[in-house]
Amino acid sequence: MSIATDTGASARPILSLRGISMTFGGVRALKNVSFEVMPGEVHCLAGENGSGKSTLIKVVSGVYTPAPGAEIVFDGETLTRMTPVMAQEKGIQIIWQDLALFPEMSVAENIAFQSLSGPRMRLVDYSAIRRIARNALSRLGVMLDVERPLKDFAIAQRQIVAIARALVGEARVVFMDEPTASLTQSETDHLLAIVRTLSASGVAVVLVSHRLAEVLAISSRITVLRDGALVGVYPVAGMTQSGITELMTGRSFDERVRAREVTKNPVVLSVAHLSRPREFEDISFDLRRGETLGVTGLLGAGRTELALTLFGMRKPSAGSITLEGRPVRFSSNRDAIAAGIAYLSEDRLSLGLNQPQSIADNLVMASLDRILKRGLIASDRKRSLVARWIADLGIRIGLQEDAISTLSGGNQQRVAIAKWLATDPKVLILDAPTVGVDVGARAGIFEIVARLAEAGLAIIRISDEVPEVYLNADRIIHMKKGRIAGWHDPRATTLKALEAAVYA
Amino acid sequence: MPNVVRHHATEVVLTAVIIVMGAFLTLSTDRFLTLGNVFDLLNISSVNIIFTVGLLVVLIAGGIDISFAVAASVVQYVTVLALGGIGGGGWLSGFLIAASVGILLGLINAVLIHRFRIISIVATIATFNIYFGLLMFFTKGVSIYTLPDWLTTRVVLYEREMADGSWAEITLPVAVMILCVMTTWLLLARTTTGRQLFAFGDNPEGARRFGIPIGAMQFIAFGWLGLMAGVAGLMQAHYAQEVVPNALYGRELDVLAAVVLGGARLGGGKGSVLGCVLGVLLVSVTQNGLNLMGVSPFAFKMIVGAIILTAITLSSVRLEKLAPILSRRTQDTGSTAGKGEIR
Amino acid sequence: MTGFARRFNAIFGADMAGPLTALTAVLVIMGLASPHFLTAATFGSVAFQLPELGVLTLAMLVPILTGGLNLAITFTANIAGLTLAWTLQTHGGADAGPGAFLIGSCLALIVGALSGLVMGLVIAFTRAHPILVSLSMMIFLRGLGEFLTRGGDISGFPAFIAPIGHGSVLGIPVPLLILVACVIASHVLLSRTRLGFSTYMIGSNIESARYSGINTRKVLVLVYMLSGIMAAVAGIIMLARFNSVRVGHGESYLLITVLACFLGGINPFGGFGRVLPVFVALVVLQLLSSGLNLLGANQHLTTAVWGILLIIVMVMRWASSTFTGKTK
Repeated sequence: MSIATDTGASARPILSLRGISMTFGGVRALKNVSFEVMPGEVHCLAGENGSGKSTLIKVVSGVYTPAPGAEIVFDGETLTRMTPVMAQEKGIQIIWQDLALFPEMSVAENIAFQSLSGPRMRLVDYSAIRRIARNALSRLGVMLDVERPLKDFAIAQRQIVAIARALVGEARVVFMDEPTASLTQSETDHLLAIVRTLSASGVAVVLVSHRLAEVLAISSRITVLRDGALVGVYPVAGMTQSGITELMTGRSFDERVRAREVTKNPVVLSVAHLSRPREFEDISFDLRRGETLGVTGLLGAGRTELALTLFGMRKPSAGSITLEGRPVRFSSNRDAIAAGIAYLSEDRLSLGLNQPQSIADNLVMASLDRILKRGLIASDRKRSLVARWIADLGIRIGLQEDAISTLSGGNQQRVAIAKWLATDPKVLILDAPTVGVDVGARAGIFEIVARLAEAGLAIIRISDEVPEVYLNADRIIHMKKGRIAGWHDPRATTLKALEAAVYA
Repeated sequence: MPNVVRHHATEVVLTAVIIVMGAFLTLSTDRFLTLGNVFDLLNISSVNIIFTVGLLVVLIAGGIDISFAVAASVVQYVTVLALGGIGGGGWLSGFLIAASVGILLGLINAVLIHRFRIISIVATIATFNIYFGLLMFFTKGVSIYTLPDWLTTRVVLYEREMADGSWAEITLPVAVMILCVMTTWLLLARTTTGRQLFAFGDNPEGARRFGIPIGAMQFIAFGWLGLMAGVAGLMQAHYAQEVVPNALYGRELDVLAAVVLGGARLGGGKGSVLGCVLGVLLVSVTQNGLNLMGVSPFAFKMIVGAIILTAITLSSVRLEKLAPILSRRTQDTGSTAGKGEIR
Repeated sequence: MTGFARRFNAIFGADMAGPLTALTAVLVIMGLASPHFLTAATFGSVAFQLPELGVLTLAMLVPILTGGLNLAITFTANIAGLTLAWTLQTHGGADAGPGAFLIGSCLALIVGALSGLVMGLVIAFTRAHPILVSLSMMIFLRGLGEFLTRGGDISGFPAFIAPIGHGSVLGIPVPLLILVACVIASHVLLSRTRLGFSTYMIGSNIESARYSGINTRKVLVLVYMLSGIMAAVAGIIMLARFNSVRVGHGESYLLITVLACFLGGINPFGGFGRVLPVFVALVVLQLLSSGLNLLGANQHLTTAVWGILLIIVMVMRWASSTFTGKTK
């Protein structure tokens, strides 16, 4: 399966880092990490969120300067320091997760931006720029109208533009930060084909990802980071998905399946033939009191779109939603919240929580009614409501007035859950609840969710991390391209079988 | 051709609106499409167009400037006094002094914004008050009517006698305006510095990762606007044949409206020189047309305001709502958070 | 943090430090510079001059908290003033009764609300930039006012209106009472009501507010309506103080109100800031104006000093965040 496996001991690494440490405000983001890439190799840099992957890339690209004692060797040459300009000159190219492109500028300018940068003012040679852009695109076997502004193109095409840009500067090593994060399956396949092409032409590619299935197939080696430290470097051959997850999380997956028998409980939410054009089609399920329904599938499967529709933020084109026996039709998420549906967003940073605002304000944001006294916010009610949830969910905070952004990912997520519990919901939709939550803090969130289910809350749990759903849900819906591809019972299947079905 | 329409939607719409209005006015009045009237339109619009192309550069780089119009008043005063000091001077010394004072005032803004990390709207509201307050304080609000002769003498570049005996003239401000428009276009569209300004306004973090010098971008943008404000101030004094300290007070918002009407975006990365010219012309043609149609001059501003309000409303209606084909773009809403924020 | 700083923050709030320091500095410096400064006359004149600017600043404050701006406030005030003036004129001019004044004031407030309603709707539903929307509204209202008045003044109001601009109750100027009432109302509205809470949430992240069930469009529309109503109140005060209405009255206040908000610690991007520090900032500005006046400076020098003060405050904020190592 894997290519470029002939990285024998005789070959010299194109890039090698040793003793890399980084500290931010007392927190050690990288602890004495080493990293090595062979020419033409496809290398996977794996680790959970917060494991130090992104920090390592920023060190490689010269954005951050590591603590003294670090050694960076590029193509046999030991470098005392690295700057963004040097990195580009050496042929170290980074494709950032946010792509760092310029949407209003043309595709050609984005690709050939190198020839627009530099301190000296020059006239722009647009025909040269178009030529450079077309050449770079043709190396990838892609045709795009290079004169159109980038904003006209979809994410997948923008990603290709970012790759093309990396190729312009005579790339020797290309880092791709979470390249598949916002791609659909077929787009991912195309991207991986491009990576193969690059590798075959001698360019080393480092895929930085926490989604493994897609990248494992083409990587030859994998470097695993955990909590800022190097776990190890392993050949991919013979590695399993769960084996790597175990290395990344430091947790073995012999945990018990939590699934319980809930079929005797009354149905809370009933969805029948729900559809939205180009998002999902003919979705039907019943959700019972105390049940945890897992929803998994690859990106673009329509999971979040379905959740937003149940939450009243999108209108279904067909089908019905029935809540406790009564058909409901939401004109906004306010109706949904009032009816007892809560939705924990997958994007905690920009949608789930209001980062600059205080812990207290975030917590009461969805349940202001409960702290009003004669129409005014009663600060004593607010304090006690917040204090109760802080204690109930074991959230560690300084002051209630501190900005939510001062909390760790895990504590932030607990506040986000508390915000919705404060609305007294009947159905809680958790969309990727462990994204950006440290490994250690996840178990705590799993416990909270399990306790809620035990207390009778109906939970829809969406995640693209199959083990998470497998271990924590009572039943699992597998969505694929907007449709239900299958139902699974964790007690009647194995994690391997489920993963195989999802990643098929 | 369809590419041109798609890439320059604002410019195309503005041109179309101006043509329709022009056609209507040509049919309904007998003065509109005469050489004299068209030249008048250009003469009247020149100063504002010079201002708009200057402000455009700042908007493209993601900033905003409130102070440039009163800065131009300061330039007028300082220039006229300095010219008196050197015994009259001439066009060359006039331009040099006006340009340097303008650039200096612009760079003060850049220092505040870059060195002290004050966002541009706060910094320029402060300098707006400082420039204007000090100008009015030192001049005691007194106008200067005795300008050097060369400055008040109309410089006619092209003239032609019309059938009715009146003269159709193109004057110096038009030529200066064309020069300013061409150089700004050259800077923005044809030089690496201009493209870096676009990139910086479009995605500052992306530009930073590419090693674009952020400070230089601010200094170039505000320096260029200062230069244009200086030149516009001199042209306004030449055109009005006097220097009135509060003559340009309030002009900044009219100019801002015209630039945005021309398709520039508050928040950076978008806008064109052609759009600026058309934005100013649309306003001028409207006023001119209302004038020719005998509408009360007091109604002009109201109608212009209503037109701008409508234009901004219509241009902001999400394109996706009108053309569902484009709806794919809404997927990346997360990354657009913070867009349109002025730095 | 020292014990004093902690106690101070607990009582007044951290955002009070800047304005109160400026207030102390102005009192001390001006008091030393002019023997006539710390007198009842100074504070009396401040009390009469503060309200117009103060109420207009409140009209500017709420939109800024949502991350916007309302550049139309001064001309909204003018148009509202015109509405009241005409109501009085159609009811007998100088002989109009209190009933006409009441009706006129209500109409003035409605006109202010209408101007805000239009802006709020455009901003909430098209997501057009508030600077542009309010700017075009400003140009429109200015034009409308000039069209309706032909650039002239409207005067000749009944005598009982004068006390609203010049009278005192128990030694406290009536306009100041109106301002204080508006300040308290704004403070309660922002700190204690659902609308105020939503205003802050929208200001720092409108999408997360929407995901939490806040009706962001409704809040934006209400905020701009409120801003328009507040501007109308300022318009009524101005009518009473000048005993006339002219379009363009108070135009120079526009950017001063923005300056006062920033001086009062309002975050220019929205989401943070309180009414009380802004009120103190207003007092500082007005005291500075009166003090400079005593020293022989005119209003224009004062304007320049206000601008310099804003820069000093912003540079100090920059310095404190840079040297205490906070990254913001």
